[in-house]
Amino acid sequence: MLYREAGQFKSTYAEDQGIFPLRQDRIAFAILMAVAFVLLPAFGNQYWLGAIITPFLILALATLGLNILTGYAGQLSLGTAAFMAIGAFMAYNFMLRMPWLGVIPSFILAGLCAAMVGVVFGLPSLRIKGFYLAVATLACQFFVLWALQRFGWFTNYSTSGVVTAQRMEIFGFAFDTPATKYLLTLSVVVVMALAAKNLMRSETGRAFRAVRDMDVAASVIGIPMMKTKLLAFAISSFYCGVAGALDAFAFLGTVEPERYSLDLSFRILFMLIIGGAGSILGSFLGAAFITLFPIFLNLVSGWISHTTGFEISHAVISNLEAIIFGGLIIFFLIVEPAGFARLWQIAKEKLRLWPFPH
Amino acid sequence: MEMQLVFFIEVLAGGLLAGVMYALVALGFVLIYKASGVFNFAQGAMVFFAALTFVSLVEKGWNFWLALVVTLAVMVALGMAIERVVLRPLVNQPPITLFMATIGLTFVLEGLSQLMWGSQPHGLELGVPDVPMEWLSQKWNINISQFDLFAAAVAGLLVGVLAVFFHKTRIGRALRAVADDHQAALAVGIPLQHIWAIVWGVAGFVALVAGLMWGVRNGVQFALTFVALKALPVLLIGGFESVMGAIIGGLIIGASEKLAEVYIGPFFGGGIESWFAYVVALLFLLVRPEGLFGEKHIDRV
Repeated sequence: MLYREAGQFKSTYAEDQGIFPLRQDRIAFAILMAVAFVLLPAFGNQYWLGAIITPFLILALATLGLNILTGYAGQLSLGTAAFMAIGAFMAYNFMLRMPWLGVIPSFILAGLCAAMVGVVFGLPSLRIKGFYLAVATLACQFFVLWALQRFGWFTNYSTSGVVTAQRMEIFGFAFDTPATKYLLTLSVVVVMALAAKNLMRSETGRAFRAVRDMDVAASVIGIPMMKTKLLAFAISSFYCGVAGALDAFAFLGTVEPERYSLDLSFRILFMLIIGGAGSILGSFLGAAFITLFPIFLNLVSGWISHTTGFEISHAVISNLEAIIFGGLIIFFLIVEPAGFARLWQIAKEKLRLWPFPH
Repeated sequence: MEMQLVFFIEVLAGGLLAGVMYALVALGFVLIYKASGVFNFAQGAMVFFAALTFVSLVEKGWNFWLALVVTLAVMVALGMAIERVVLRPLVNQPPITLFMATIGLTFVLEGLSQLMWGSQPHGLELGVPDVPMEWLSQKWNINISQFDLFAAAVAGLLVGVLAVFFHKTRIGRALRAVADDHQAALAVGIPLQHIWAIVWGVAGFVALVAGLMWGVRNGVQFALTFVALKALPVLLIGGFESVMGAIIGGLIIGASEKLAEVYIGPFFGGGIESWFAYVVALLFLLVRPEGLFGEKHIDRV
């Protein structure tokens, strides 16, 4: 009833090719944007904005980057966090050494640096596939972290390896409160997500999917393997690099290389799988779930110890959290291997008929 | 003998023996990959779980052999439980889904083992001291640990047994058939569930052996789970499907890693062992994309 495309006729190609061809989708998107851009910063709790929603958006962006590579182009990567690290530390260096550049150009350049490294570590993908490739991307993860810790230039020779992100200012406007940082993050994420959405339905995106489904067949029908795979690595690393820069500047403020360990790569991979590989929306849903779930668990354990008076030690909680987390991932994989994005699709199908299913 | 040559031999031998230790862990990966096509990321967590269970039982005052048997039983039961709860519902899913499930499993196992036995590190003693062989150091002045040789012997024995098991026994052949094609194996009447339960049980046993060896070397602590990351380059070089490859790959990685650390490391300011093995593996892959002994896959369109 509510979600029905009947009566919406498209009379031009432009209308037919819109990102959101359905009116309901457009309305929903507009409402979402209004809430995100106006309501949340105006009325939202500063703690929630700074400590939960901003990192959620950043991780969603990184997941989106991984999704382009793994979900769309089918190249499994375990080095996501390394590209974020490159983005974070290169953005710091650009701001430090070329302060006249400004914030956004620094972020873009940092992303490009990540993209270049991504292309280098993407080269083996031309030769090796599947799990061999996944393990090979671990080389990137370990090498980049080692380089960041070993060569003082990256951290401006700080003895502890910790760097403090500079103040962000764009055209004289300072982004220094949680709300303004959130707005900056949100703008970057929205622009990049829309760009990804568009890119994935272009010729490039179709080439990615052809490579994912079967790369031999794709090369037979004339898709240039080298260009497509390396482009996927470059774009994906660019997204991760920008996410890393945002992570350092808009969320953490002070970063050290250890933050971008293999653990973070895995967490992003989980977000991808739980959200749904090969779906832009899925990246956001997965990131939201993985960010919110530990908070939820904490609340529950706090509530249990409060009501029953039974004190649970911190170690037990963190172990239980790991067990529940791992168990949920297995559970999700079993019941819905295609992730939240698939559930959303099913819901949409149901909504089309609701409330008159016959 | 010349000092430098002695030093070189010592480093090389130390590296080769360390490589055997890597191979022990890699074996667990190979077993499961070979028999079910699952890249089992939880192998490191299984090693940790096995070692921690064993050492905790021993510290409770259990007899060594009793603790060993009980731990083995626990590991086999764990393997079967994993098959029942995780793998059976995921039959015929793409490999990446199974891989992700084993990462989830890693979290569960790590949480479970620390929840049961606590997270403090333990020392482990198997009765073979980790000291240089006396006659070797007296005669040629080469220091090679007794325990390393013991571990190498255990690994060699394990590989021999597994190779015979895979190639000569009926179950071994069934395992290879399952690895080749789940559906075809089911179609010719191979009971997939039993086969998987067996192979995960065996992998649990291998994890126990690896856990004991590594536990003696580094102590039983959470860092044991990272041993799995050291075993991955070994897999790349040897190939995911080859038991022999795991040993050869282990030797190559162990030797090159130690030699590089001693002779190349100083130029970079040290610490290169975190990634050097991966780079060596990558170079091998550029020449042989399926590792030295991996099965060649022919893609058909």
